[in-house]
Amino acid sequence: MNRNLPLVILALAVAWVVCTLVPTGSSGPFDTAGFGRLPILADGRIKPLDTIARTGLLMLQGRQRIATPDARPLTPDEWLLDVFFRPAQADAYQVFRIDNSDVLTLFKLVRGDGEGGVRFSFAQLQAGLDELDRQARLAEPVDNASRSAFQRGVIELREHIGYYDRLRYTLQPPDSPDFAADLADPARLAAERAAFTTMDSLSNIRAIPPPAAPDGAGGWQSVGRVLLGAATPAAVDPHVRTYAALGQAWTSSQPAVFAATLRDYREELSSCLPAAVRRSDAEAFFNRAQPFITSLFLYVAAFLLAVVSWLVWPEVLGRAAFRLMGLAFALATAGILARMWLEGRPPVTNLYSSALFIGWGSVGLCLILEKLHRNAVASAAGGLIGFGTLVIAHHLSLSGDTMEMMRAVLDSNFWLSTHVVTVTTGYASTFLAGFLAIIYLVRGVLTRSLDARTADSLARMVYGIVCFATLFSFVGTMLGGIWADQSWGRFWGWDPKENGALLIVIWNAVILHCRWGGLVRQRGLMALAVFGNIVTAWSWFGTNMLGVGLHSYGFTDAAFNGLIIFVASQLLLIGLAAVPRSRWRSPAPGSAA
Amino acid sequence: MKPESPSPRPSFVLSLGTGLASLRLTVVLLCLSLVMIFVATLDQVHLGVWGVQQKYFHSFFVLARIPGTELSVPIFPGGYLLGLALLVNLITAHLWRFRLSWKKSGIWLTHLGLILLLIGEGLSGLMQRDGQVRLDVGQTRRYVESFRESELAVWDATDGLFDDVVAIPVARLAHPDPIQHPKLPFILKAVGYFPNATLRMRSQMTNPPPAMATMGDGTDMLADPAPMTYKPDESNWPTAYVELTGPDGSLGIWLVSAMLEEPQTFIYQGRTWQIALRARRDYLPFTITLGKFTHDIYPGTDIPKNFASTIKLHSDNGQDDRSVLISMNNPLRYGGFAFYQAGFANNDRTSVLQAVRNPSWLIPYWSCGLIALGLVLQFGLSLAGFFRKRTAAPPGAARAAPASP
Repeated sequence: MNRNLPLVILALAVAWVVCTLVPTGSSGPFDTAGFGRLPILADGRIKPLDTIARTGLLMLQGRQRIATPDARPLTPDEWLLDVFFRPAQADAYQVFRIDNSDVLTLFKLVRGDGEGGVRFSFAQLQAGLDELDRQARLAEPVDNASRSAFQRGVIELREHIGYYDRLRYTLQPPDSPDFAADLADPARLAAERAAFTTMDSLSNIRAIPPPAAPDGAGGWQSVGRVLLGAATPAAVDPHVRTYAALGQAWTSSQPAVFAATLRDYREELSSCLPAAVRRSDAEAFFNRAQPFITSLFLYVAAFLLAVVSWLVWPEVLGRAAFRLMGLAFALATAGILARMWLEGRPPVTNLYSSALFIGWGSVGLCLILEKLHRNAVASAAGGLIGFGTLVIAHHLSLSGDTMEMMRAVLDSNFWLSTHVVTVTTGYASTFLAGFLAIIYLVRGVLTRSLDARTADSLARMVYGIVCFATLFSFVGTMLGGIWADQSWGRFWGWDPKENGALLIVIWNAVILHCRWGGLVRQRGLMALAVFGNIVTAWSWFGTNMLGVGLHSYGFTDAAFNGLIIFVASQLLLIGLAAVPRSRWRSPAPGSAA
Repeated sequence: MKPESPSPRPSFVLSLGTGLASLRLTVVLLCLSLVMIFVATLDQVHLGVWGVQQKYFHSFFVLARIPGTELSVPIFPGGYLLGLALLVNLITAHLWRFRLSWKKSGIWLTHLGLILLLIGEGLSGLMQRDGQVRLDVGQTRRYVESFRESELAVWDATDGLFDDVVAIPVARLAHPDPIQHPKLPFILKAVGYFPNATLRMRSQMTNPPPAMATMGDGTDMLADPAPMTYKPDESNWPTAYVELTGPDGSLGIWLVSAMLEEPQTFIYQGRTWQIALRARRDYLPFTITLGKFTHDIYPGTDIPKNFASTIKLHSDNGQDDRSVLISMNNPLRYGGFAFYQAGFANNDRTSVLQAVRNPSWLIPYWSCGLIALGLVLQFGLSLAGFFRKRTAAPPGAARAAPASP
C-alpha cells in the first residue's frame, strides 16, 4: 500500500482534473451555457457572453459565485440573462461589494443589510445614487494617490454602478415589458427611440454581428445603434429579433423556444463567422474549466505533502508531492497555452499574465531541482510559489477582462515578446531562490529536520538558481532596452520599471560576488537570497504603485498593504538568519556557519 | 580561492591596487548603486524622469540643500561617480588578480561587456540629443525642436528667402553681461530672466505695475515668475526681458517668452529683424514632409491600435527623395537621426515625431551580446562541472558547490 500511495494520490488528482474539464450541461431546463457561448464584440475583441458574465461578477463582487435573494444559486450566464431580460429581478441580487463603511452610510445601510455584510443589491443602492454621484464628483479632482479610502470607495462604486447600468442597456431597454412586441409595432418602435439613443451611448458591448461576412471585428454593432438605423419594423436587423426572442423565452419560461432560437442563431453564425464561433466556444470552455483554480488547489496539496514528508514517510510522500506538482504544472501550462492561442500573443501581456508566468517558470525550475535532489525541498517551494502567484493572479483578475487589448506602444514585436518572457523568468527564479532560502532558515532555526546533507543540497540549489536568475534577469532587462531603443529611441530611460529590473540584476550580482569573495557562507547566502524576494516584489508591484513612467500600465494601490506585509515578513525571516547558530534547533547545518 | 591574501610587507602601490581590485569594493559599489537607484525611483514622483536623471544618474554627486540656506552639499555618490568607480574596480581587478584561462573566459567576456556598457551609457548621457518634430499634413520641416532647452533667436528677415539666425542658449541669459555677436549690429543684454514664468495682460489687472518692456508685443504684458516644474505633462516657459543697444544708445526692451508663438518684428537701420525665445532647434541636412497620418483604434474602444505617418524625405544633396512609413516600433533611421512615431495632436491632423541623435546607440547592443555570451559560458561551465561531479560520485556524496571562479 505504502509503495503505491503516490500512484493512488496521482490517480485521484487526475480523476478530479478530468472532472473539471468535462463540459457540464446547464443546471436548469434552459441552455444557458449555450447562451454564454454566443460571441459578441467588447473591449476591442470578440469574446463569449460568458466572459462578460464572469468578469462582470468578479469586478462587481470579487467572486463568480452568486445566488438569488431566496438563496437559489445562479450560474454567471443565468445572472447575465436576468440582467439583460429581467432587470427588475436582477436588481435584487446582491452583487455590489462595498468594503468601506462610510460609503455604506451614504445609502443609509448597515452591514447587516448585505449578503455576508459586504454585498448589496442595486435596488438597495438606488435611493442613494444621486448622493453617490455628487460625492464621486467631489472626489474626482483629487489626485489619485492622495485620495482617501472613502473617496476611492465612492469612485469605484460609481464605476461599478455605471458598468451594471451599461449591461442592463445592452440588448433591450430595461423598462420594456415586452420588447419582441415593441419591435413589431411601428408606433412603439418610434416611441422607444429615446431609449435606443441611451442604449447606443451607454453599452460598450456590440452584440449584432456584421451583416455580410467581412473578416475581422469592424462590422459589429451595438443593438442601440442598429435600432436607431431602423425606422420601420421591417427594417429591424433580424439578430435584434433573435435576442428579443431569447429574452421572451427566458422571461416566459419556454426552454424549448429558447433552445430552438439559440440553435438557429448559432448555425447561422457558424456558417458566416466560423472563426469567431470557434474562438468564443473555446474561451467559454476555458472559463468554465478554470485550470488555474484547479492547479492552485493541487499546488497546496503538493506543498502540504512535501512538508509532511520531512517528518514521516519521506520517500513515499515526497514522490507524491512531486507528482502532484507535475500535474498542476501540466495544467497551468495548458492554461497558459490556451490563453496564448485565444489572444494570439506571447504569454506575458499584462500584470495578470506575468503572475501566471512567474508561477509557471518557478515551478518548472522546481521540477528540475526536485528531479536532481529528491528531498522534497523544491516540491515544497514550488507548491508555495505556485499557490502564491495564482492567488495574486486571482486578485489581479478582479479589475476586469484579463485578455485586454494592448496599447499600440506595447503591441507585439520580437524584442518585446522575448523581453517580457525572459525578464519574467528572471523574476520567477529570483523568487525561487528566496523561497528555497526561506525553507533553509525556517527548517534550520525552528525544526530539527535540517541535516548537513539537506543544508548543502539547499545551498547548492540556491546558488545555482541565483546564477540562473542573474542570467535571465540581465538578458531580459537588456532585451527590454533593445525594444525601447527600437520603439522610442532610447536604450535606457531610468523609468521605474526599468530601474526595478536593474535592481534585481544588481542584487543577484551582489549575491554572487559576496559568495565568490567569501564574504558570506551558507547562512549569509540564505539571508541575501531572502532579501531578493523584497527586491523582486518591489520591481514587480511597487514600481506600478508609483503611477509614473511609461510602464505604469499595471494597476492599483489596493495591493500596497499586501506589499508592506510581504516586505515585513521577509525582513522577519532575514532576522531568523541572524539568530546565533547555537540557538538553532537543527545541529549546525553545513560545513561552516 | 582567496583573492585578497595579504603579502608579508605590502607597499603602498600594492595595497592600493589590492584595495581597488577587491571584491569587497565591488560589493560596496553595487550596494550603493542599489540604494541610489531605489531612492531615485521614489523621487521620480516629485521630480519627473528628467529631473531625476539630472539629479541622480547624470551627476557625480547627489546634492541636497541644507534646510534654510541656499547651500547644496553632496550627500551621496551620483551615477557618474559610481559608474566610474565600478569601471576602475573592474579594470584593476582584471589587471591585478584575474589570469586569462579557459575557465575564466565567461567572466572575462561578461566584464568586458560590462565595461563597454558603462562606457556606452556614459557616452549616451554626454552625446544624446533628443527633440521632436511636429508636422501638420502637408507641412515640411528641416529642424528638430528640443523638448526642454530653449534659445533666444535673432535674425535678419529682410530678404524673406533665407534667414541667418543667431541663437543664444537661454542659460546665457541668466548672466547680466551684454552679448555681442559679429552678425548683429547691436548688443543684447538680458535685464531680467526667469526659467519659468506665465504672461499676464496688464489691461486685465487692477492697478497693474508699469510694464518693463518698451518695445514689441510685451508692452502690455507682465512676466509672472513661477517655480520650475518637472511634471511630465507640464512645461517650463522661459521668459526674459532683453535690451538691445546700438552705437547710438538703447533701442528698447523686448519681452521674449516661449509662450509667445510668433516672433516679434522690428526695423533697425532699414533692415527688418525678428526676435523670439523658442525651443532650441537642431537643423537637419534634409527635409521631411508629412504626407498622411493614420490613427487606428480597436473597434468599440479608444485604445490606440496603431499610429503611422507617411513621410516624404528629401536630402539637400538631392540623392534621396523618397517616401517612408514611420509607425509604432518602426522608426526611420537617417542621417544620424532616428525618428519615432511619438504621438498626435489636433484631431489626428498633426503627427508628433520624436527625433533622437545618439552616435553611440550601437554600443549597448554589442555589450549586451558580450555579457549574455559570457554569462551563458560561465554558468554553463559551472553546470557542466556540477553534472560531471554528480556522475563521478555516488548520489548524495557530491559535496562541493559548483565551481566558483
